[in-house]
Amino acid sequence: MSLRALPAAVAALAVAGLVLGPVAAVLWRAGDWGRLGPGDWQALRFTLWQALLSAAVSTVLAVPLARALARRRFAGRGLLVALLGAPFILPTLVAVLGLVAVFGQNGVLNGALRAAGLPTLSIYGLHGVVLAHVFFNLPLATRLLLQGWHAIPAERFRLAASLGLSPWALFRTLEAPMLTRIAPGAFAVIFVICLSSFAVALTLGGGPRATTVELAIYQAVRFDFDLGRAALLSVVQLGLALAAGLVALRLGAGAGFGAGLDRVLPRWDARGGWSRGLDALWIGLAALFLLLPLALVAARGLPGLLLLDAGIWQAASHSLSVALASTLLCLIWALALASRWGEVVGLAGIAVSPLVLGTGLFLILQPLVNPLSLALPVTTLVNALMALPFALRILRPQAQAARQDYGRLAQALGLTPLAWLRLVLLPRLRRPLGFAAGLTAALSIGDLGVIALFANPDRATLPLQVYRLMGSYQMDAATGAALLLLVLSFGAFWLFDRGGRMGADA
Amino acid sequence: MLTLEGLSFTEADFTLQADLALDPGARVAVVGPSGAGKSTLLDLIAGFRTPQAGRVLWQGQDITAAPPDRRPVALLFQENNLFPHLDLMRNLGLALRPDGRRLRGPERERVLAALARVGLEGMEARRPGALSGGQQSRAALARVLLQARPILALDEPFAALGPALKAQMLDLLREVAEDLGALVLLVSHDPEDARRFAQATVLVAEGRAHPPVATEALFADPPPALRAYLGTGSGTE
Repeated sequence: MSLRALPAAVAALAVAGLVLGPVAAVLWRAGDWGRLGPGDWQALRFTLWQALLSAAVSTVLAVPLARALARRRFAGRGLLVALLGAPFILPTLVAVLGLVAVFGQNGVLNGALRAAGLPTLSIYGLHGVVLAHVFFNLPLATRLLLQGWHAIPAERFRLAASLGLSPWALFRTLEAPMLTRIAPGAFAVIFVICLSSFAVALTLGGGPRATTVELAIYQAVRFDFDLGRAALLSVVQLGLALAAGLVALRLGAGAGFGAGLDRVLPRWDARGGWSRGLDALWIGLAALFLLLPLALVAARGLPGLLLLDAGIWQAASHSLSVALASTLLCLIWALALASRWGEVVGLAGIAVSPLVLGTGLFLILQPLVNPLSLALPVTTLVNALMALPFALRILRPQAQAARQDYGRLAQALGLTPLAWLRLVLLPRLRRPLGFAAGLTAALSIGDLGVIALFANPDRATLPLQVYRLMGSYQMDAATGAALLLLVLSFGAFWLFDRGGRMGADA
Repeated sequence: MLTLEGLSFTEADFTLQADLALDPGARVAVVGPSGAGKSTLLDLIAGFRTPQAGRVLWQGQDITAAPPDRRPVALLFQENNLFPHLDLMRNLGLALRPDGRRLRGPERERVLAALARVGLEGMEARRPGALSGGQQSRAALARVLLQARPILALDEPFAALGPALKAQMLDLLREVAEDLGALVLLVSHDPEDARRFAQATVLVAEGRAHPPVATEALFADPPPALRAYLGTGSGTE
């Protein structure tokens, strides 16, 4: 038994050390609060404000969208619902470039406005940051609410139909109670996610009026070389994320990967032309909002592929190596921790934001080596840690089922731990392992976080390279590289997930 | 001789005590009301649970602290006796090579022979899902044959089979046990199984595993606890 518990203990200690070590380093280094200037407090205010707006807009818009999806049946509905899961693995910079293509200075929208003789909009600043956050989180909120709608028993809708409830009465008796239960949780989850926004703020925000705390940490390290201030800001971010995270846990919206969302409830209400038209409008607008940016990246990126130089391909190979290594590490971690308490340990990884972890690791490494020389290993480690809670969520139920069903048989036969792993556990977990590996690899390939802190010209990943191209206004090349990024991350997900399904049996 | 010496097991408000001895090579049924501790008794013998007091002895040797795979016991569960993603060759091979390595030639021969013994010739490449319920039970018995342990403990192994198939399997079990010369402990909630299969019966009721009694004699004049379980007490009520 002690031999079986050993891997779990080692894995848990590794997670704890990797989280608590950097946190301790940050706390130890953070000294005099007087060193935080007005700009830093402005960053704190902006962080809270943009997260509040992003969460509110995402949740409010998700209500009519989820309702329309819950009660309408149309061709492509299944695909659209599946696409709502895609932003989870969509590289941030791909979305940003897509949004720039639609809403940017030379984007589709401003083109139309100019043609109509109207003033143009700028995507940079608060509204750009919120726009990008809504792009990522509207689908999440919609999925959560859609789960809520599907959780309403079909009998209630039948009862409402036989009573002839008016739409307003039906909303008040059936849908509003569900929304008051689910929506606060969805709001809180999105609020927490947006609190540690880095890549979006880096590309669409910036300047004294649109800087998040995460971005301020990055600027303190990279531009001001002020590690003390970076540590102070990290403490601010840490407190912010922990407080909000605890609130979100209390409100508890299980942001699952949503099984069974492809069902359509038979409904007898909302058959009027008005409500049909409105639902169609919501669905159409949402699909346009989510798909047009990606379509534009694909269309404009194709010619941009020709502009890619050796640096991009090298960055792409770095990204792939980092992704493979962090996937392997994350899966080993998750296999060792696939139990109820292990899942709690795994949560530690996302309680602390990547830039805070990065700053802590930077502080620890700096006296020993040049931190910049370890950019890729550090990124690998942090990416694995960030994906761990998701991998655990996917693996844990089936790992426990395998132990429950076959643990006694294995014990009675005296299977060695290696034989158990090789012959029982891994084959039983093929599907969830493939899915978890796909998610981890895609998240890692698309990640622009801690690498920005540690980067030097020789050790860039593909997202960082895309950012550099954007920064030097080479938008065509940037879009081409973003297309490559999109193909790599979705391709990695598809390959791993497919590998898990192939030859897997029930 | 399998001896349970002053055995006492407690978990929450459940207790089971046992003080009995069983002969090698005997066929013993374990009957009693559900929740009385039939499965717990098997777990104590097989090593999945540890008693708070008392000893488990086999041929005079104390095995109370031995882990399940170091005991002279082969087990058949109600379900999950075979790994569904492995073919029969690999499933049965694990009885010979618990480290999961490839089987050597003579070991493969033994697996094939065991399969033939239970009437599953030529099925070594099949997975359990491609077998009927009866065939799965046969395959599990073939594995027990390969384990060749002197005690077989079966926890309602054929409960999911129909009456005719169950009778067949009990006959096969008897043959397998005779091949091995093994002591068989068969937990069943069906008194017919005990009558058909077992020379002796252990009654588990009211927190005690009673010493074995000749099956015929037991059912001819059931003690009150058994009578209540069988529901044949109409004459005395």
